[in-house]
Amino acid sequence: MGGKVTSVAKKPGKKGLSRNTKRTIVAYSFIAPNFIGFAIFTLVPIIFSFILGFFKWNGNGTPTFVGVSNFTKMFGDTFFKASFINTIMYCIGTVPLTLLAALGLAMLLNKKIKGRGLFRTIAFFPYVASLVAVTAVWTMIFHPSKGPINAMLHYVFNVQNLPNWFGKDLIMFTMVLFSVWRFMGYYMIIYLAGLQGISGELYEAAKLDGAGKWNQFRYITWPQLSATTFFVMVMLTISSFKVYDVAIMLAGGSDGRLGTSSSVLVYYIYQKAFQEWDLGYSSAIAMVLFALVLLITLVQFKGQTKKEKE
Amino acid sequence: MKSLKQKRIRKILVYLFLILASIIMLVPFIWMLSASIKATQEVFSVPFRLIPKTPRWINFKEIWTTIPLLTFIGNTTFLTIVVTILQLLTSSFAAYAFAKLDFKYRNKLFLMYIATIAMPWQVYMVPQFIMMRAMGLNNKLTAIICLQAFSAFGVFMMKQFYTGIPNDLCEAARIDGMSEYRIWWNIMLPLSKPALSTLTIFTFVNTWNDYLGPLIYLKSESKKTVQLGLKMFIGQFSAEYGLIMAGSVITLIPVLVVFLLLQKNFVEGVASTGIKG
Repeated sequence: MGGKVTSVAKKPGKKGLSRNTKRTIVAYSFIAPNFIGFAIFTLVPIIFSFILGFFKWNGNGTPTFVGVSNFTKMFGDTFFKASFINTIMYCIGTVPLTLLAALGLAMLLNKKIKGRGLFRTIAFFPYVASLVAVTAVWTMIFHPSKGPINAMLHYVFNVQNLPNWFGKDLIMFTMVLFSVWRFMGYYMIIYLAGLQGISGELYEAAKLDGAGKWNQFRYITWPQLSATTFFVMVMLTISSFKVYDVAIMLAGGSDGRLGTSSSVLVYYIYQKAFQEWDLGYSSAIAMVLFALVLLITLVQFKGQTKKEKE
Repeated sequence: MKSLKQKRIRKILVYLFLILASIIMLVPFIWMLSASIKATQEVFSVPFRLIPKTPRWINFKEIWTTIPLLTFIGNTTFLTIVVTILQLLTSSFAAYAFAKLDFKYRNKLFLMYIATIAMPWQVYMVPQFIMMRAMGLNNKLTAIICLQAFSAFGVFMMKQFYTGIPNDLCEAARIDGMSEYRIWWNIMLPLSKPALSTLTIFTFVNTWNDYLGPLIYLKSESKKTVQLGLKMFIGQFSAEYGLIMAGSVITLIPVLVVFLLLQKNFVEGVASTGIKG
């Protein structure tokens, strides 16, 4: 394992280059392969997209500068507003539910239990499985007229007006439900690591003081996990703002289009850019998406540091 | 003795709850397997049968001829392998410099990586497409490679891990006259198996399952990935439930195999790198 450490005689440094420059060159040679790719395919497009939001451009010819009109246009755009609200609703639904489910599962699993490893593995299945495949199953299981969920509601619970899980009213709910199912296992692992970092002595002391389970959770587990919770919240928020494929797979018909009841920001960015070739407007919406992500992350970060001070 | 009884009841409750959770997580997969060997009209028949009276194994044969699944799988396999190798090599390479070498602009450069982690790809996918198109990469598999292989996340994750490895190890090797490249190859890489497995799974899963990237770039059928192909099939034959599920099962297998092979390290890796974030 340790590799063959052949004894190499000390070479004197090459003449001409100082040791420092040589070290810098070596260091940059390590970074270069990744950084060049990263700069071309990530950094430049990011800068490009900030600029593009102030132009009108269809991808060919010369862009025209239009100031902030791409941004003011959004206020009168009903489809944009619907996508914006849906994205926020999706976030509000997904983040707390996934967090609670993940924390709950992690706490159950943080005990000495047989089959723990197996359960941890199973919990990851929904996360690694391909979205197209699992959403295909979901649309079958929740099929309004034929699916087993509605069949159960009808025959076992005698529900007469069977819900259409993919209809206008319930689609956001179904999307949230699906996402909780998909992501809870992943965040459970992160919580599990957080729980294992809490010293057992804290609980011993609490038990001596006669603290019940709830107080142990409230005064030890929850505060000790605040860093983990912050991390999970940020990750969940960012990923919920990026939502696109879940909406397309669950709500998009065979033409892959979404209506105002299920459209999300990324879908609208995609439509504006690659269907209508209104690149400036699309980039302006992308900026709104970015501002949202940034804002929420900062708010959560503030809340987190405040909590730590207390 | 009351508390002992209580403890027992509590334990049973915990097990019941975990079993319920496992069922919720597994039911869609069980349904998928079961439906994949059923005839379409059998899929929804009541009462539900896990294994149909006459399993239609032929679904697994037919799906290969109904859509060019082999082409799709070939494309996706190629992409996934190239992206994963590039990602592992370049990220761990760069991360070594960020974690263990001292040089000018180190922190500034690293900050650039960090700043883009929170930046959703969807924010800059449009200008990125325009650039790639100008480079002649539209409708080329190379576009997806460029898009996936140099993520900031990989560098960040590997750097977190390398920072945890004591500096003394590198110092000792330097005194022995090892070059930095050898230290990276002979010492760092073997030590970073958990982090590498984690990154492998993340990259593999992301590339294999990516939908929006290929949707934007890959237009002709001969270039499509499994996700695009499967979605296309569902769009065209939405009622062919048995075949759709057979296709789904096939596209799941590679990811599950990689995941199961590396999962022990993965759980450790997610746990340790996730928290330090």
